[in-house]
Amino acid sequence: MTDLVEQDVAAVTPSPSPSSSPAKSRLRSEAFARRLRARHAAERRFRLAGAAAVALAALILVLLLGSIVAKGASAFLETRIRLEVTLDPAEVADRNYTALLRRALYAQFPQVTDRAGRRVLNDLLSSGAPYELEAMVARDPALVGTTRTVWVRADDQIDQLVKGGYRRDLPESERGLSDAKVAATDALLASGALAQGFNTTLFTAGDSREPEQAGIGGAIVGSLLTLLVTMALSVPVGISAAVYLEEFAPKNRWTDLIEVNINNLAAVPSIIFGLLGLAVFLGFFGMPRSAPLVGGLVMALMTLPVIIIASRVALKAVPPSIREAALGIGASPLQTVLHHVLPLAMPGILTGTIIGMARALGETAPLLMIGMVAFIVDIPHGLTDSATVLPVQIYMWADSPERAFTERTSAAILILLGVLILLNGAAVILRKIFERRW
Amino acid sequence: MTTRTHVFAATALTLALAPGLAAAPASAQSRDQIRAVGSSTVFPFTTAVAEAFGKTGKFKTPVVESTGTGGGLKLFCAGVGPAHPDIANASRRIKKSEIDQCAANGVTTMTELKIGYDGIALASSKKAAPVSLSTVVLWKALAKEVPVNGALVANPYRLWSDIDPSLPKTAIEVLGPPPTSGTRDTFNELAMLEGCRKVAEVAKAVPDEKAHERACMTIREDGAYVEAGENDNLIVQKLTANPNAFGVFGYSYLDQNRDTLQAARMDGVELTAETVAAGKYELARPLYIYVKNAHAGVIPGIREFVGEYTSERALGDDGYLVDKGLIPEPKALREAARVEAVNLTPLQF
Repeated sequence: MTDLVEQDVAAVTPSPSPSSSPAKSRLRSEAFARRLRARHAAERRFRLAGAAAVALAALILVLLLGSIVAKGASAFLETRIRLEVTLDPAEVADRNYTALLRRALYAQFPQVTDRAGRRVLNDLLSSGAPYELEAMVARDPALVGTTRTVWVRADDQIDQLVKGGYRRDLPESERGLSDAKVAATDALLASGALAQGFNTTLFTAGDSREPEQAGIGGAIVGSLLTLLVTMALSVPVGISAAVYLEEFAPKNRWTDLIEVNINNLAAVPSIIFGLLGLAVFLGFFGMPRSAPLVGGLVMALMTLPVIIIASRVALKAVPPSIREAALGIGASPLQTVLHHVLPLAMPGILTGTIIGMARALGETAPLLMIGMVAFIVDIPHGLTDSATVLPVQIYMWADSPERAFTERTSAAILILLGVLILLNGAAVILRKIFERRW
Repeated sequence: MTTRTHVFAATALTLALAPGLAAAPASAQSRDQIRAVGSSTVFPFTTAVAEAFGKTGKFKTPVVESTGTGGGLKLFCAGVGPAHPDIANASRRIKKSEIDQCAANGVTTMTELKIGYDGIALASSKKAAPVSLSTVVLWKALAKEVPVNGALVANPYRLWSDIDPSLPKTAIEVLGPPPTSGTRDTFNELAMLEGCRKVAEVAKAVPDEKAHERACMTIREDGAYVEAGENDNLIVQKLTANPNAFGVFGYSYLDQNRDTLQAARMDGVELTAETVAAGKYELARPLYIYVKNAHAGVIPGIREFVGEYTSERALGDDGYLVDKGLIPEPKALREAARVEAVNLTPLQF
């Protein structure tokens, strides 16, 4: 990294290489030596300042990523409890899966018989555990009447305790978790009935108020649907507009006006597009609130100027000789653009498009106005289903008081960062593959 | 070169067209999912009910947005039909002007359900002598600027007895939540703003409504109010060490720590679930949800959702909403409210 800086510094300050100068003997005066020293010192200071700036930026990046990774890594594991559940047909018919699970759990603690003790045991299980069991039985009805070993989700407090989120050395009153729960957890750990595994829930489930049942599945699908709409609209419209403005439009006051407006639109704060979406798409067209369709439309309006500007720059970079050659051998202007200019400009256009999409992926402000910042549990199946998106999910989890949401927030940030890196990486690769040099 | 060109054209076309087919426009639609909007204070309760309701498997999980009470009621009152929300969460009662707006847009009948209360406790260690405070005393003790001889000056009060000679001669020290906390918002609105409104000189010194509110809710920064972070356990520890200090808590936290903490009386009223429910204790406010009657039977599951909201497993003394910090109404009132709510008895004004 420092090498890069030094090259950059050398490039912008074309001072002569000092010590190896052959003219050294002629320039021995005291004043010259002083000026030379001052100039060298100035250059050294400049390089140092540059290196320090880069080091500072790198340090902040490392700190930021480090803290997110340190906080979020544990969210990729979840704690499950092993239970020997007897699927009593009567209870199954009653859908009383909670009782089945509790009975199996009590069997592991034969010494606990009082109400208070059993309530502690009840709290070890996630409130979603009965639904897991129910889903299992629904998949395979032959299980009814048998005794099975199942691994069900533990409560988020137990999960945090196993991961070290609670300090065991603190007295009970300051720990926020009762001694009885800690003892029960330790007993389960000792007997091997408590284990950590990969947290698939985090990727498949929708939102939940219970951290151990919360996932970003719904948000990922929502982001995907929103981006699909955005892309379907902004890419063809953006590229067509850029081609027309760059290749066909006459240069007059009107096209100048349009150009100024497009440049202005690119700098409009995103919340304004949200207000526009609220007034036009929801208010005038009566589209549903919280729908990825509306989110995608708003994002498309937001990314359109970015794509037009990037595409125009890419089209401008195609040398006129290509156009002249094509026209010279008899191609029509449309053929010239479609067969020659546009393909050559494509790498730049794609880069601009992907960067625009990445921006749309990370945006929350316009979605606030159209109801996509909401608590949504069900995973959306279509463009008009209620949905939220990844950054919104991060924001909502960060706002939740449960401590298990802290690590899930960081994990969701890591996933969002991963997707963004993938997108930007794709932009770089596409540019490298299709790049042309003249 | 040409193959690459074609690959490019093909890619571009697929990118552009494939999703375009999926983006068929959806106009005025029917809806099979309940939508709730409104107060951020009620949001944690309504989302918890929504999730439990969705897990029963008969209906889709309701969508809940946190828009603030005013914004929520505005959306709620915008009309009847699937484009408008079915339920509004409110941390205050609906106003006459909002009812009128609702009626003007065709929302003529709605059901009001008081789900419970949100309350603030001003607690001290059991070792301290019990005191009685009031919102005015609290405001004078904690505001950044208070009126002296008609003009706002930096808060001169050091001891509680400076404000009212009947109060103890101890330094003002209040440990409370930081501005990011919901408890702080509630404290600002219920204690600071209410106390300030009772001091006529402030309104005279700052006539502008917005500036007045700001002057009322700005807390002093000279050490009398200590921001103690979100860790309530730490506040308890500090209160035990310093019996003269007070801590600001949500009601449910105090309730769980009655063995070490006592709550100050407000205008002589003790903090109990009963005084809160009777509306006598000042630092508590009722929370409501409003249900649009015209949507019952159109949007599936509205009655059942209200039933879940008012069920004992949600609102009962051991219910999951109480775990999340709601102060429920006494059992008899709950029963009556449930019957009214499930039958969607319209709100009368």
